[in-house]
Amino acid sequence: MQALLKDLGRGFAQQAVCSQAVFRHVLSALSLPGRLQTLESDGALAGMQTPRAAHPAAAAVLLALLDQDCKLWLSEGFEHSDAAAWLRFHTGCVCVDNPAEADFCWVANGAELPPLHQLAQGSAEYPDLSATCIVQVEQLQVQCAAAQWTLRGPGIQGSTQLSVHGLSKDFAAQRNACQTHFPCGVDLLFTHGQTLVGLPRSTLIEG
Amino acid sequence: MLHNYYKPDGTPTQAHLAQRARWIALLARAPQDWLEARLGVMCEGNLEWLRPVETGLMMVQGRAGGSGQRFNLGEVSVTRCVLKPDALRTGCTQVGVAYVMGGNHRQAQLAAVADALLQEPTLYPHWSSVLIDPLTQMQTAQSHTKSAQAQSTRVEFFTVAREAGAGAHDEAQA
Repeated sequence: MQALLKDLGRGFAQQAVCSQAVFRHVLSALSLPGRLQTLESDGALAGMQTPRAAHPAAAAVLLALLDQDCKLWLSEGFEHSDAAAWLRFHTGCVCVDNPAEADFCWVANGAELPPLHQLAQGSAEYPDLSATCIVQVEQLQVQCAAAQWTLRGPGIQGSTQLSVHGLSKDFAAQRNACQTHFPCGVDLLFTHGQTLVGLPRSTLIEG
Repeated sequence: MLHNYYKPDGTPTQAHLAQRARWIALLARAPQDWLEARLGVMCEGNLEWLRPVETGLMMVQGRAGGSGQRFNLGEVSVTRCVLKPDALRTGCTQVGVAYVMGGNHRQAQLAAVADALLQEPTLYPHWSSVLIDPLTQMQTAQSHTKSAQAQSTRVEFFTVAREAGAGAHDEAQA
């Protein structure tokens, strides 16, 4: 989609302060998997104009993490959105058509998540060369009764409960298959509105 | 006129982009005081900053003799910003962009406001006569003076034949 500069929204009000605040949330989300992080409206999100079809949390995370060395893939849900132009303007990132080439994938809704084995998994020498997916979902529930998944692994004391609504049925199976190549794998961040939950490659899904 | 330079879908044509590139280059070389006198008022009110003023480094590349291999000449500091002027005060709804050499934030802001005003079709005739025409004259005169000064120090080596096509050509490329 051809987007004009005058239709683009604002990014962070204060680039350094806001991106550090968001980075802190991402760090917490990935080091404490399955725990809900909430970005405050009067904090990093103040003054930010989110593109169409984008969750504020997802947009803020990408705004904080991307730079001109990052390759970004957007799912079909952003086809009629100015999301690509907005991120290219504010971060200088490069958009790619093939999800396998991407460092970051931004998925407009869980059903559009490409099969995980198609994404960059990193190599044994450089497991960090893997893809990070920011997936917008319909609902996030933590510590609820009758949860979809039980999570175990580093950063979780014992186990924790998580329900993510709007993913394809075989997501857990796909992810378990990916984990046989650990430390290679894909890190995921699920967002809904202003909240996010991390699911790094080290976390095991049960149930 | 400028309004013909927009395609039906609202995107600018190549001709408009080329014209805009020329005035952005003119504004980037305009001194701060000169812009301040003409645009100072237009910078007041609620400016909407899409990209706040920031200063960074850019690599300048040159070509030996204007036509040789590219080489890195060195880094220069460049200040840039993208903003929308106050619509009520200026009657302008366009977004202005500026890249200026050096670290002068105010100069970048003034140049960006000027770029926005020039893009507004109804305001273009006025601001073109206030900004573009005098700046073109000023900068043409400056470059004439400079090249006249350089010409006066030209040394002719009568024992060495000049390369064909050199001379005026490499002045234009440099």
